[in-house]
Amino acid sequence: MSVAEIFDNLEYGPAPEDAATAEAWLESHAAGFDLFIDGGWSASETGVRFETRCPADGCVLGEFSQAGEADIDRAVKAARRAQTGWRKLGGHGRARHLYALARLIQKHSRLFAVLESLDNGKTIRESRDIDIPLVARHFYHHAGWAQLMERELGEEEPLGVCGQIIPWNFPLLMLAWKVAPALAAGNTVVLKPAEFTSLTALLFAEICREAGLPAGVVNIVTGDGETGEAIVRHPDIDKLAFTGSTEVGRRIREITAGSGKSLTLELGGKSPFIVFDDADLDSAVEGVVDAIWFNQGQVCCAGSRLLAQEGIAEQFHTKLKRRMENLRIGHPLDKAVDIGALVDPVQRARIVSLVEAGVAEGATLWQADTPCPTDGCFYPPTLLTGVEPASVVAQEEIFGPVLVAMDFRTPEEAVALANNTRYGLAASVWTESINLALDVAPKLQAGVVWVNSTNLFDAACGFGGYRESGFGREGGLEGLRAYLKLRAEAGMKPYPPNKPARVEASGKRSKSAPEIDRTAKLYIGGKQARPDSGYSLPVSDPSGAVVAEVGAGNRKDIRNAVEAARKAAGWASVSGHARAQILYYIAENLSAREAEFARRIEVQTGAKPKHALEEVRTSIDRLFSYAAWADKFDGAVHSPPLRGVAMAMHEPLGILGIACPHEAPLLAFVSLMAPAVAMGCRVVMIPSERHPLCATDFYQVLDTSDLPGGVVNIVTGKRDELTEVLAGHDEVAGLWYVGGAEGSAMVERTSATNLKRTWVNNGLAREWFDPKQAEGPNFLRRATQVKNIWIPYGE
Amino acid sequence: MSPNTAPLPLSPSPDRPAGRNPGMALDLDWVEAVRVNRSAVERRCATLPTRRSVKKDWQAAWLLRAITCMDLTTLSGDDTPGRVRRLCAKARQPVRPEILEPLGFADRRLTVGAVCVYHEMVETACAALKGSGIPVAAVSTGFPAGLSPFDLKLREIEASVAAGAEEIDIVITRGHVLTGDWQALYAEVKAFRAAAGPAHVKAILGTGDLSTLRNVAKASLVAMMAGADFIKTSTGKEPVNATLPVALVMARAIRDYGERTGWKVGFKPAGGISTAKEALSYLFLMREELGPDWLRPELFRFGASSLLTDIERQLEHRVTGRYSAGYRHPMS
Repeated sequence: MSVAEIFDNLEYGPAPEDAATAEAWLESHAAGFDLFIDGGWSASETGVRFETRCPADGCVLGEFSQAGEADIDRAVKAARRAQTGWRKLGGHGRARHLYALARLIQKHSRLFAVLESLDNGKTIRESRDIDIPLVARHFYHHAGWAQLMERELGEEEPLGVCGQIIPWNFPLLMLAWKVAPALAAGNTVVLKPAEFTSLTALLFAEICREAGLPAGVVNIVTGDGETGEAIVRHPDIDKLAFTGSTEVGRRIREITAGSGKSLTLELGGKSPFIVFDDADLDSAVEGVVDAIWFNQGQVCCAGSRLLAQEGIAEQFHTKLKRRMENLRIGHPLDKAVDIGALVDPVQRARIVSLVEAGVAEGATLWQADTPCPTDGCFYPPTLLTGVEPASVVAQEEIFGPVLVAMDFRTPEEAVALANNTRYGLAASVWTESINLALDVAPKLQAGVVWVNSTNLFDAACGFGGYRESGFGREGGLEGLRAYLKLRAEAGMKPYPPNKPARVEASGKRSKSAPEIDRTAKLYIGGKQARPDSGYSLPVSDPSGAVVAEVGAGNRKDIRNAVEAARKAAGWASVSGHARAQILYYIAENLSAREAEFARRIEVQTGAKPKHALEEVRTSIDRLFSYAAWADKFDGAVHSPPLRGVAMAMHEPLGILGIACPHEAPLLAFVSLMAPAVAMGCRVVMIPSERHPLCATDFYQVLDTSDLPGGVVNIVTGKRDELTEVLAGHDEVAGLWYVGGAEGSAMVERTSATNLKRTWVNNGLAREWFDPKQAEGPNFLRRATQVKNIWIPYGE
Repeated sequence: MSPNTAPLPLSPSPDRPAGRNPGMALDLDWVEAVRVNRSAVERRCATLPTRRSVKKDWQAAWLLRAITCMDLTTLSGDDTPGRVRRLCAKARQPVRPEILEPLGFADRRLTVGAVCVYHEMVETACAALKGSGIPVAAVSTGFPAGLSPFDLKLREIEASVAAGAEEIDIVITRGHVLTGDWQALYAEVKAFRAAAGPAHVKAILGTGDLSTLRNVAKASLVAMMAGADFIKTSTGKEPVNATLPVALVMARAIRDYGERTGWKVGFKPAGGISTAKEALSYLFLMREELGPDWLRPELFRFGASSLLTDIERQLEHRVTGRYSAGYRHPMS
């Protein structure tokens, strides 16, 4: 085409990014990539190699090695050897290394960007302007955390060796999100990049050498799901961090149940994009472009469900279609392209079939009449209107450039539709009303809410999901904490072997049993309730003589307790001050009955009177502590690099199940209940099976303390059986378990169904009288999750 | 004036000039319903220039187009007839023939879009441009502050039209925007348009004085309702002149107006655009937000005095492969 012809039609021409340096790098590795273990390159023991291709044109970019179990073992051993030295290097020493990595990433930024676009198919604009700068930022930010570690996190220490498995959609960025905090905290890592996209991780390995990182601190092992499973199953890994599909995340939870490994999961999403009728609609349209046509829609937090208010929905769709006509699809290395290639034909096929399913269910398909290359792995931006919440495409994560649109009438309906999903990763809210935005944001079940914006990320702001989008955060202090543990918990010892309680077969009653029979009932929805089963269980003293009976709760009682807790949802929005007042009142009423509670402890456990009284008094002290915390466990206001703020809010988990241990039957019960209640959670308490009377006595204290019904529910009975029912209940958001190792494993395994936040003791005994182990922000963090609300502003 | 009865189709064939916007009754509900989210607008503008790129022949063609959309301007207190004649000569022949020739443009008559001067220079400019087809634009209505007596403003317009100006760049009373007196703004622009008669009216909003993007959007709408043929960002004399965010907001207002009334209104960013790279960003913005019709002088102009030299340097670089120097290109 001549200049004159172009002058007349003013089309865009090819604007290719120069790939020569990247091609030369690939050429120098034409023999294939080995594994990066213990600071050097070594061949995999499987000897298997597999190709990686450029999805835009199908050409082979290189060959990766398939790491097998033996390779993973070598890598873990290298990481283990390196970890002590890395920890002892101290915060400043580690900061210097992380700073060097950040600098080197910047120095090689274009090579990283071009390789990423070739390997993944994302546009060079995105890899150059978004991915790689965020990677450098993440290392800089965490160099800072390493520097401040001793001062700011002196009570905590690294977990040890971390196994990290990352996805193909943001290959280097996900590596940075995993590696930077792990290293800053003093851990060493074994990281597996995705098999589609391992190139930049291998370049990163070269950079680790260039930066003089000690051998074994970072190990990069390539391979497919089998390699990943070898990491997941390796016994000497202390922590696993995974980003990927919910399906695989659930499987990892099941495999690692009871292993004692820490686990964070960053999983799928079906994030809502809510447009109110007072939004800047043109800007919201651009927001949609950033939400669902960023990275070809292969983004876990993609705003894939458009919810537009009815009055403006049609106008908004019209504007959106007009905008879609201007999206250019093409080779990812073209600098004038908006949409690149999907990562692999397998993904394209999945998208095609889901869109077909949506259309079959009645959705109206709209695609712009713009050129879409037919030879590579491309899919055009797609809008599905007339979608109902019941449609497959409204529920399933499509992970492609497909937006489904629904309408709503009121803010309440918008929230209800937004939350009508198993996922809870992110949400976008578009309105020019600050009242509306800040009213809606906290009601959305999502770890990140962007007000009048979308897909903003920063190293200082935690990112992660609610519900089945996973647990744990990446970025920010909360992300760093996912790589640390409390020093005070390091000395926890295993429980002695569990001896079943003795109960006299004769049913002989203890002398200390009350003269008039008192029947301890269940406590559900603020009322005493008889167990559904109609059975009771005897409670004995240490001699085996029966002290009393408690209700034998069953699955239906658990169901009823959870239902009562669900109805008490208002507790989450009661002010911290009001929650504090109620906790103080509980303490006051417990104090008034100090002697009676001490006597109960004596009778059940055989404790000495002085010790029993000490347990009651410590319980009162603990209630005071959490009453004190109730209005002080504030979030943070981050200042990410934009004109605006990101508010990190601590939100209650929701309904929490708590299985209490047999030791310190009152103090442990209070120590577990009070932080959850203080943070606004509703709880279903399963008391110690052996000594449940402290808990059943306690409901009379609750009854007289103005606690709304349903906030605390108590179900006695066979503890682990009841816990298993709770673990399998989808309405329950979190589960704390203190007991034997087997029970811990059961809880983690059973909770995988809805990916509950679990906190188990793995059979290690906590010292309930020691506030360092049994009280404090660690408990509050377990009862809450962080929601980051991004609020750019400016008139 | 009633809303149009026979709107032009939104995409007339490229060789048909857009019809003149007749304006419409002031619709205050529409004005008050305007929403502009500044941060989101800025984010869009930050990625507009990074989402698009034109290279080699494409860059040359786009830059040549930019020249045809240029209001070559001199608005200085020391303007003299000699200075204006030099400017007009440059307007007729903006690029050296030995650069145009290898670009395949030797047989095309490439000129700028207009020459823009003060009223006192209109006659000189008309004489100097005689036969070229290049229109003369006069800044008017007490440019740049726009605070002359109202009847003098009308007479200034009439005088410039009488002297041969085919385009009148009027300045609005910024105070009307800052006080929200949309009725007054509407009446003012409508009167200017009437005074201009056949001459096209470019309404300069003085966006640097308007404080907020919402004000920019509202003033844009009111000016178009009053019958402006073009809306223009700035006089070049405000502390802040054309910016991409302001341009984006005005372009979206033009789109909105066009979608509702069928009339196409032109856009002219002015002041501070001095590099070829910046000029391309504006062209990308026009193409992406409004479409290719707004890449023609009928609907798009740059107000610029030093931009041309940088474009010439880029074109020479395309031809020779060497970076060029300003002194190699005839001054305006």
